[in-house]
Amino acid sequence: MAKPTPPTARSDSSVATPSAARKVSRRKWLMPLGIALNAVAGALIAVPILGYLLAPAGRRQMKADLDWVTLGDLAQFPVGETRLATYRNPFVRPWDGDTGDIACWVRRIAADKLQVFAINCAHLGCPVRWFPQSELFMCPCHGGAYYADGSRASGPPPRGLFEYTYKIESGRLWIKAGQMPTLASPPSVASSGGTKKGCACA
Amino acid sequence: MRLIRLLAEWFDRRLQLGKPIQEAMSHPVPRSSASWAYVFGSASLTLLMLQFATGICLAMVYVPSADEAWNSLQVLNQQQTFGWYLRALHGWGSNFMVAMVLVHMVQVFLFGAFKYPRELTWMVGVLLLLMVLGMAFTGQVLRFDQDSYWGLGIGASIMGRVPLVGAQLVKLMLGGPIIAGETLSRFFAIHVFVVPGALIGFVGLHLLMVLKLGVNEWPVPGRVVRRETYLQEYHELTHRDGVPFVPDAFRKDLVFSGIVLFAVAACAAVFGPFGPNGAPDPTVVQTVPAPDFFFLWLYAALALLPPNMETFLLLVGPAVGIGLLLALPLISGTGEKSWRRRPVAVLTVALTLVVLTALTRLGLHAPWSPVMNAWSSTPVPDAFLKGRSPLEVQGAVVLQAKQCRNCHSLGGQGGERGPALDSVATRLTGDQLFRQILQGGGNMPAYGKNLSPPQATALVAFLRTLHPAGQRPATDASLLGDAPIKR
Repeated sequence: MAKPTPPTARSDSSVATPSAARKVSRRKWLMPLGIALNAVAGALIAVPILGYLLAPAGRRQMKADLDWVTLGDLAQFPVGETRLATYRNPFVRPWDGDTGDIACWVRRIAADKLQVFAINCAHLGCPVRWFPQSELFMCPCHGGAYYADGSRASGPPPRGLFEYTYKIESGRLWIKAGQMPTLASPPSVASSGGTKKGCACA
Repeated sequence: MRLIRLLAEWFDRRLQLGKPIQEAMSHPVPRSSASWAYVFGSASLTLLMLQFATGICLAMVYVPSADEAWNSLQVLNQQQTFGWYLRALHGWGSNFMVAMVLVHMVQVFLFGAFKYPRELTWMVGVLLLLMVLGMAFTGQVLRFDQDSYWGLGIGASIMGRVPLVGAQLVKLMLGGPIIAGETLSRFFAIHVFVVPGALIGFVGLHLLMVLKLGVNEWPVPGRVVRRETYLQEYHELTHRDGVPFVPDAFRKDLVFSGIVLFAVAACAAVFGPFGPNGAPDPTVVQTVPAPDFFFLWLYAALALLPPNMETFLLLVGPAVGIGLLLALPLISGTGEKSWRRRPVAVLTVALTLVVLTALTRLGLHAPWSPVMNAWSSTPVPDAFLKGRSPLEVQGAVVLQAKQCRNCHSLGGQGGERGPALDSVATRLTGDQLFRQILQGGGNMPAYGKNLSPPQATALVAFLRTLHPAGQRPATDASLLGDAPIKR
């Protein structure tokens, strides 16, 4: 099938000397054409790949990560005490297993006045533990300590404990949750801009 | 025999690799560099192959899912035939690999081997070091246990300190809003595909340059590297007084690699695999996360950095360090090679070694971490209670109950976050003790809000008894004669 072409091609190039210039220009175009084709196709492939890789940090996604989630009956949290509570992260994959369960500390100051602290130390995210006897949160990693109200007591943390925004609805405690709290992303604030910083109780 | 030669010839006529391989093997190296000091690079390569082989085997059983990873490690440890041994080989191989790459780097640095014309070989080597450290960290993540989970938390918290894009970087690193399934999958892909692929490419480049540029000669004080003359000098050296790489240099590489492999196998057999420790359940807060050995120095540095410059050092420090390593051959690409004429280089190595050793030792010990259960598990030693009044004994009870021991030791037991209390009475007067306890300060929380006056009185009364026999407790000099001295 391809056999007849070489003779014609040879006769073409050998006979038609006047049209050589046009032929050369066609060959010359083949290279830029090839580069352009690959560039366009490459972009068509690369843009979705980038989008796929960057998806977790997209603005819409980051806003959608947060939702109200309940910590259960308010009666579980006696006034004057600080207790460990756990919740299932509002968005999980079926294969997340235990890692989808997040802990937090609930301090009930009065009937409708609470503080809900993230478990993560403000220094580098290790799990802080509450000691009711000395009324301190202590971090096992680098020795940060916090007072009962979450303010920094000592050690390397640059600020007090992170607080969730909370609400009470028909006797149940709800918090706005869904992301790991860090200095750039407090637990209940969607964007890094932090327009509505702080919590409802403040 | 004839058949083998025929087969070999058949293949070589098509592959045409025989001659280049023979040339590479017999290329002349300086007689001085067929030395035991030159075996660390090839040992690193051997360890890399061990890591590839064991890693591929482990990937056949390991499940990179947040729900199942920990269970699959249990199966590997307990049920799979030799699963525990392969995990141990891979874990110990990783430690040996980091150590070997570091020793190789120090040798190359002290021997001036990074100088002209081997600058790029060194730079690629720096990238290889970073990849090896990256493999060590991501490998620790794949051992998906409590340390791994909270180690990721530390990584994310560091990302969260980056200005402007911190929040985005946290999500990118975790592959989502929390440490969960996609985080593990992400690190699996990096550990199994991305970095090993890059390692193969860059190790190939590194070796190619070693072949093309030749093995560095043993440095002699006074033999200075000059761009104009070095290549000629090296050519003369290798051709006048050179030996073929195989077997003269290679046999030492071979013996040392064998010893290293034997050491890895022995460590794996005797000490077994690393972990996993507790399951990665973030609702279990009774955990004391700590990183693997080669990141302990970093863990220590993170606890000891002054808080006000911590973020700056965390973000700028690594960039400056890597930048300096990469730029080294450009800064000092010619001149003396011998460590005998390079005191700054020797001091740099010594200082770095001292700092890393000291930080690692501190990291193993972690004196900055409160001992979370000291208050309930480490009672006040009897010697400190004998002959004390009821008020003082009550003070000892307060000391235990208020978790003071988590940070303060007595009789060598308890936390070391704060000073030991064995002889605190010789340092602080009663008034000073009250002030320190109630107001805190100097990295101690204030207890004014949760100690009643009787509790504080009892506690100070007990602390006032803590002084060596025969040494008087501290007194306020301005009130001399006013304070009664007991015992």
